[in-house]
Order: sequence, then C-alpha cells, then structure tokens
Amino acid sequence: MSIWEYANPKKFMQTSAWALPWAVALTVALLVTGLVWGFFFTPDDYKQGSTVKIIYLHVPSAMMAINAWAMMLVASMIWIVRRHHVSALAAKAAAPVGLTFTLIALVTGALWGQPMWGTWWAWDPRLTSFLILCLFYLGYIALWSAIENPDTAADLTSILCLVGSVFALLSRYAVNFWNQGLHQGASLSLDKEENVADVFWLPLLVCIAGFILLFITMVLMRTRTEIRQRRLQALLARERVA
Amino acid sequence: MRALLIRDLRLALRSGGGFGLGLAFFLILAVLVPLGVGAEGGTLGRIAPGILWVGALLACLLSLDRIFALDHEDGSLDLLATSPLPLEGAVAMKALAHWLVTGLPLTLLAPGLGVLLNLAPPAYGWLALSLVLGTPTLSMVGAFGAALTVGLRRGGLLLSLLVLPLYVPTLIFGAEVVRRGAEGMALGTPLALLAAISLGAAALLPFAAAAALRVNLR
Amino acid sequence: MILETTDLSVARGGVTVLAGLGFAVGAGQALVLRGPNGSGKTTLLRTLAGLQPPVAGRVMLSPDAVAYAAHADGLKSTLTVAENLAFWASIYGGPPPERAIAALDLAGLIRRRAGELSAGQKRRLGLARLLVTGRPLWLLDEPTVSLDVASVALFAAVVREHLRQGGAAVIATHVDLGLPEARILDLDPYRTRVLARDGFDEAFA
Repeated sequence: MSIWEYANPKKFMQTSAWALPWAVALTVALLVTGLVWGFFFTPDDYKQGSTVKIIYLHVPSAMMAINAWAMMLVASMIWIVRRHHVSALAAKAAAPVGLTFTLIALVTGALWGQPMWGTWWAWDPRLTSFLILCLFYLGYIALWSAIENPDTAADLTSILCLVGSVFALLSRYAVNFWNQGLHQGASLSLDKEENVADVFWLPLLVCIAGFILLFITMVLMRTRTEIRQRRLQALLARERVA
Repeated sequence: MRALLIRDLRLALRSGGGFGLGLAFFLILAVLVPLGVGAEGGTLGRIAPGILWVGALLACLLSLDRIFALDHEDGSLDLLATSPLPLEGAVAMKALAHWLVTGLPLTLLAPGLGVLLNLAPPAYGWLALSLVLGTPTLSMVGAFGAALTVGLRRGGLLLSLLVLPLYVPTLIFGAEVVRRGAEGMALGTPLALLAAISLGAAALLPFAAAAALRVNLR
Repeated sequence: MILETTDLSVARGGVTVLAGLGFAVGAGQALVLRGPNGSGKTTLLRTLAGLQPPVAGRVMLSPDAVAYAAHADGLKSTLTVAENLAFWASIYGGPPPERAIAALDLAGLIRRRAGELSAGQKRRLGLARLLVTGRPLWLLDEPTVSLDVASVALFAAVVREHLRQGGAAVIATHVDLGLPEARILDLDPYRTRVLARDGFDEAFA
C-alpha cells in the first residue's frame, strides 16, 4: 500500500476521522502536562526570575511557526508534482495556524523582552525575521482568498510558497547581516554547552511535542473543513449547471 | 524577443503616464521626508540612504501592475502565450523593459535627490551603483508578482502585499551599501550579495513568473 | 492531418462543458464550430491553442502550427497599424506584412494609430495579423464580429486563399461566412448537462 492513498479525499476523510480524537486527546494531555510542569514545578531562574517560564510558550510556538511554513512548502511541492487536492488544501489549512504561531511567538517575545531587555521591541535579527515571516504568511493567505477558482489558487499559492521560501531564507541572512542582536542563542541545540539547564529542558520538550501535536490536530481539522467546503462548491456548481 | 522589448519601450514612451509618475513620486517623497523629519542636516544625512532606497522601491511598485495587466486586457497576452516566443523570454523582456523605464531613470535621479537629503559626498557613487545592481531585482520580482495577480480585480493592492516582503533582502543590502559608503566603510560584501540576488532573480524568476502566467491564462 | 482530436473534453471554470469530441482537420479544410452562447466554443478553441489543458482526451497538432485569434485583437492603441503588424511579424518570423495589408485592404490606414481605427477596421487589422504569422492552422473565435458585408467577403476570400495554399482553419461563429465548402460541426450533441469536474464526490461516496 502506497502512502499516496492517503491523498485520496475519501481515504483521507476516513483516516483523519479515526485519528482526530486521538490527536486531540494526546495534544491536551501533553500540553497540560508540559505547561503545568513548566509553570509550577520548575525553579525560578537566578537571573530572570519567573519570567523565564514564558519559554514554554515562546520556544515551541516559534519552532512551529517555521515548521508550519516548511510543511506548507512540502505540501505545495506535492501539489505541483502530483496534483493531489488534499495536499493543496492541507497547505491552505496550515497557513492561518502558522500565522497564529508566529504572532504568539512575537507577543510572548515582547512580554519576555520587556523585563529582560527593558524594551517591548528591538530590531533584533530574530524578531525582525519573525515579523517578515508574518508578512509572508499574510501574502500567502491573501492570495488564496483573492482567487475564486480553487485549482488556480492552489497553483499560484504553491508557486508563491516556493519562491517565497527562497526569499524568506535570503531575508533571514540579510537580517542577520544587517543588525547583530540582543536575542540569546538557540534554546535547544545538540551542543550541550549552550543549552538551557536540565530542569527546564524536560518540560520544554514535552511542551514542544504538545505544540507539534496541536499543529497536526488543527491542520487535520481545517483540512477536513476545506475538503467539505470543496465538496459543497462542487455540488453547487453542479446545481447551477443542471 | 527584441521586438517585444522595443514594443514595450515604445508603448511606455507614447502612453507617458506610468514611469513619469514613478519618478514624480520619488521626487515628492524626497521633498516630504525633510518636511516631516525636520531640516537638521545631520539627521537627514544619516537616514538618507534608507529613505532613497525605500523611495526607489515604492516608486518601482507603482507601475508594476501595468507589466501584464494591459496586455491581459487587450488580449495580447493570450497571443503572446501562443506565439513561438517562449513565455519565459517574454517575461524577462517585459521585466527588462520595466527596468529601463523605471529602475534606470530612478537610478539617474537618485543622486540629485541625495543632495536634497544631505547625503554624505562619498556615498553618491555607491548610491548609483547599488541602485543599478539592485533595481533589476525589483523589476523582476515585481514581474513575478504581477504574473501572480494578473487576472484579479483589485490586484494592485494584493500585488504590493505579495511583492514587498520579497523586496526585503534587496532593500537591506542596497541601503547597507550606501550607508557604509557614506561612512567610508568596506562594502564589498553587501555589494556582492546585492548583485548575486539580482543575477539569481534574473535567472530563476522568469520561470516562476511564466508558470504563474500560464495558470492565470487557463 | 494538421489537427486531430480524440475523445476530447474541455472545462470552463471547473465545470466540463463539452465531452467526447473527436474530429480531424486536414490541409485545405475549414471547420466551422456552431453552438449557442455558452456552449463552449471559446473554451474549445483555447484548449486547441494550448492555453488550457483538456480535461480528458487528446489534441494532436504540431505546437508551431497554430495561430490563434481571440475576441480581443491584441492591438496596441498607441502603435500604428504598420507597427502593430511589424511587431507580430517579427515575433512569428513570418512573411513581411505587405501581403497582409493588401489582402485586408489596410493600405490607406498604415500610418494611423490603432486607437483611431473603427471597430471594423481594428478587426481587419487583427485578422491581418494571422497572415503575418505564416502558420498553417488558424483558430478563429468569432472573426467577423463588427465587420460589414464587404469586409466579411474580404475575410472569406482571405480564408479561402489560405486553404488553397494548404492551410486549415477552425472557426467559431454563428453568422454565415460565405464559405460553403467549410464543414460544420454542431457542438450541441457534445454538451454535458450535469457534470461537475471535481473529484470530491469520492470523499463522501
């Protein structure tokens, strides 16, 4: 059995209907565990006090903001190459979710930055990159909503996603070049020296897993809605022709 | 291909409007900024590289939707798409024509506006050079955006939303060249990157834009 | 055969409008497409021209055989008649425009700007474009709109000359062109009444 069978709308609807309750349950379990653990059962940082705990929202949403775009890129390429409708609709469904994660990362970053750096906003490379990412999401969503024919919209947004990814990467390096920032280094990396301390690390991992599942759950739900909407449009078109 | 370039240039010259407006916009922006910021020379000189680059970018944006919209309305685009000319070549030529009537005049005008904005003397050459290297990207990326939005009502507004984020790297490196030029710093890196983006855009974007046009003509 | 289709289906706006079309057009032949408004004449011609993909079936023709003329003539109003024709001639690398100018009686107008022409004169200029393409297969969408009787006759003569030289034409029209030798294809039997193209039925089957 090939993985592409899941690209058949019917198969996708069946499988996702079965998987969705599990995904929801697991998401809730992981998020509750991770956040409660992180907020109430970790010590305050000796420098940052309890503000450090915003990390449990900030880091996972920032990661998912980027991963959502990566997922859209993959889905767009699948649509361009294999023309599976589910793939195009999944990319469409992921965009507002990704945008929301981007906004959460920006807002929590501002809340964290105020006590830490004494300012809500700084034109730091990471912050600026996220602001630019936010613009890319807006453009992508606007293009989807501006075009009536769904196949045309899928084609054009896929092309935009491909080209946009290249320019997003370019922007990332351009911004790095433009201003050296205040932002601390990566919170998670394979190099143990830079990592956050172990007590913070485990609940953070749980939170990240929870956010990944949250993303998957929401994309599944929204893709199902999109498929139903397409079905409705197909029926209406048929009605008009008849 | 040359025939298309000559036709587009001739059309731009005869219909006036379009590119003259872009230049006028650039001029007005350079007049308005000191009125808003204050006439103090040091401040103006410091922000001049950024203002001139942002101004050039916005002036370029004004005429983007005309790249394909006019040809789409009168049916030429359908005929071009069925002609022996590869659509990628047509896109590249139309972007080149757009650059010749907007980017190039903007480049020539910019040093003059640099005087108005009290730009530091060593930066004039770098301003012109950075614009010559950077504005082709603006036209090429713009042609891509115009190809995406060609059939749409109110495509102009959407076009700006799509294109402006794509202008970020060019803007950053372009303004950086001028800023470093003004301060007498080494500017080889941003200049090389600016040129690299232009070359990359010229090499790859015609294919993306032609693909978008084909989808839109369906 | 210059053009051959087998079991061709075409769609407009995601809805299949014509299905099961199979016809062939050879050198020296003209095919007239008939059908009421909305029956898919334009959609079929655009599919034949390669502007949109067929939903099903095949179109067999050499891609550099086609000259397509749509409702819009693709004229630039600020260019003169001569400049408009010269542009398309150099794009197609076809024959020089003199013969086209003579054939469609444009000699008196060549210095005028296309924007100053009447609707019928513009149409004639648009049709003259076909001659400078030098292509064998003409796909014409309502070519005689806004032409007077004399111009229609002129146009019929141009088409006939084209056919005599081994060309072919597919013409969508609902007026009489004065081309009695042309075959007529009535599109009505191929129209699809209730068929949405979307593959989303299977999602709820």
